[in-house]
Amino acid sequence: MRIVIAEDSVLLREGLSQILARFGHEVVADVGDAADLAAAVDEHEPDVVVTDVRMPPGFRDEGLRAALALRAKRPGLPILVLSQYVEQSYAADLLETGGGVGYLLKDRVGEVAEFVAALERVAAGGTVIDPEVVRGLLARRRADSPLERLTERERQVLALMAEGRSNGAIARALTVSEAAVVKHVGSIFTRLDLHQTPEDHRRVLAVVTFLRAAR
Amino acid sequence: MAGNPLRFVCSSWPWRSVLYVATGPLVGALWAVLVVTLAIAGVVLAPVVVGVALLAGIPLSAVGLAAVERRRLRLVDSRPAPSPHRRPAQAGLRAWAAFRLRETATWRELGYALLAVALGMVDVVVAFTFVVGSGLATASPMLVEQGDQIQFGSGGTVDEPGEAWALAVVGVGLIVVTLYALSTLAGARAALARTLLVRPVEEELVEVRASRARMADAFEAERRRIERDLHDGAQQRLTGLIMTLGLAKLDSGAPELIGKAQDEARAALAELRDLVRGIHPSVLTDRGLRAAVESLAERSPVPVEVDVELPDRPPEGTESAAYFVIAEALANVAKHSGATRARVVVRPGLCVEVHDDGTGGARVDGGTGLQGLADRVAVYDGSVRLSSPPGGPTILQVEIPCES
Repeated sequence: MRIVIAEDSVLLREGLSQILARFGHEVVADVGDAADLAAAVDEHEPDVVVTDVRMPPGFRDEGLRAALALRAKRPGLPILVLSQYVEQSYAADLLETGGGVGYLLKDRVGEVAEFVAALERVAAGGTVIDPEVVRGLLARRRADSPLERLTERERQVLALMAEGRSNGAIARALTVSEAAVVKHVGSIFTRLDLHQTPEDHRRVLAVVTFLRAAR
Repeated sequence: MAGNPLRFVCSSWPWRSVLYVATGPLVGALWAVLVVTLAIAGVVLAPVVVGVALLAGIPLSAVGLAAVERRRLRLVDSRPAPSPHRRPAQAGLRAWAAFRLRETATWRELGYALLAVALGMVDVVVAFTFVVGSGLATASPMLVEQGDQIQFGSGGTVDEPGEAWALAVVGVGLIVVTLYALSTLAGARAALARTLLVRPVEEELVEVRASRARMADAFEAERRRIERDLHDGAQQRLTGLIMTLGLAKLDSGAPELIGKAQDEARAALAELRDLVRGIHPSVLTDRGLRAAVESLAERSPVPVEVDVELPDRPPEGTESAAYFVIAEALANVAKHSGATRARVVVRPGLCVEVHDDGTGGARVDGGTGLQGLADRVAVYDGSVRLSSPPGGPTILQVEIPCES
């Protein structure tokens, strides 16, 4: 994959580049702020973008804003957002732009193989939401939430879908057969009224519903 | 003045009053001369710019008079008499003059000065009548001895020592009356001066409050700085360490050991994150109160319903005070209340309400950290009300006035 990295800390930028190179991916540009990110994407047309949330000049959520702007300009451009903090409202904003987005705590990079796999899923149009966000969402369901229509097992499956797991991986995590997972996924789409759209898109919409449910 | 007349006369009050009443017309006359000079010169020179400057000098001269008057006020009024003027933002005479001319205090002082000149004439007549009357009466035996006559209008004359001594007794009484009269006059004039020339106590309170709020804002800025330093420093380094260890694990013959080191680093980072969140959460800075409260609710072990409706973001200090009140309230709900659910409502104004269905009995002074938050809210002129009867429910209401 050809990757553009935006991260203002030189230490982390180099760490990320090393890890990605190690797995045979090419970092075509690494930049330190949001403006340079937009320029680098225009110049290199990468397969996937990895960006920090907090960057110069304001050190607030420039990276996230840049990501949303890039998605608006180039729908479907895969972007993985990394942050020292994960907040559900940020995840929801990203997910609303469709599939091919990820939102992870920065230190997940430490599990190198899993991180690279997550990045590959994002590049392939999947979604990856940090388990911490997912945990928070499961903890505060409301009575009027559409998630109440799901069974406990279906909620577990949906949470793992939100983390970006494939049906096979979900089956392994819940120690059930993959066929059972497929059945649960179909049932989730039906109960959330998501039967009109193609499969990949429905997975994203289900996760969006999941994120919205707590708001 | 209401006590024993002898004690009153022997105290310094009447003499200070006499001095106050006597110097008043003097100061007024000097100012009047200055103003008339300025006015004439100003009108004559009006075609030239200097003339306009001279005319502008008239209200400004009242500022000087007012300063003198506030000093004179100390003769009869021991309370502090701060100037109502503010410090000009820029240095230089022209900036000072322009600033003063825009202040209402300056024009109030000009009004006082004109009034003082008019009243000064009355003062002179009144004081003269009392002083001369009582003085002549008292001195009458001496005058009669020298062969003078004392005439009372057309009513009669005193020219015998006997009558003169009787008159002198009346004169001494008149002196006491004069002292009372002049003290009363001084009191009235001092009250007028205080009303028009001295910054009201209420305004001073506002000033104190504003300076407290400024201090709280400075603390707030400091917390943000600390948060950023930790984010850019320790947090990034720990994250870098975790990444490097992750790479090392791939090549190492002892991945378990490196995994353990990674876990340690992760635990340290998680602790640091919680600490930083307690100092100042970045989601509050980035996205405001609603997102920050939702983030709190996500982490709360008790289910929390969040209902925040704010069309505009409140000022930073107010927003932050509201956030920390809610954070503390939710922490108390989780720790002490035994509640199964809670609800946070925020409306513009800024009104915050936190309800829970717990067992009640919460107290602001019960060592729950609410006292510190009440203090923090008070800095912004806000109030905290807590209703928590035994058996519940508990309702915490916070109001922090702000424009939005």
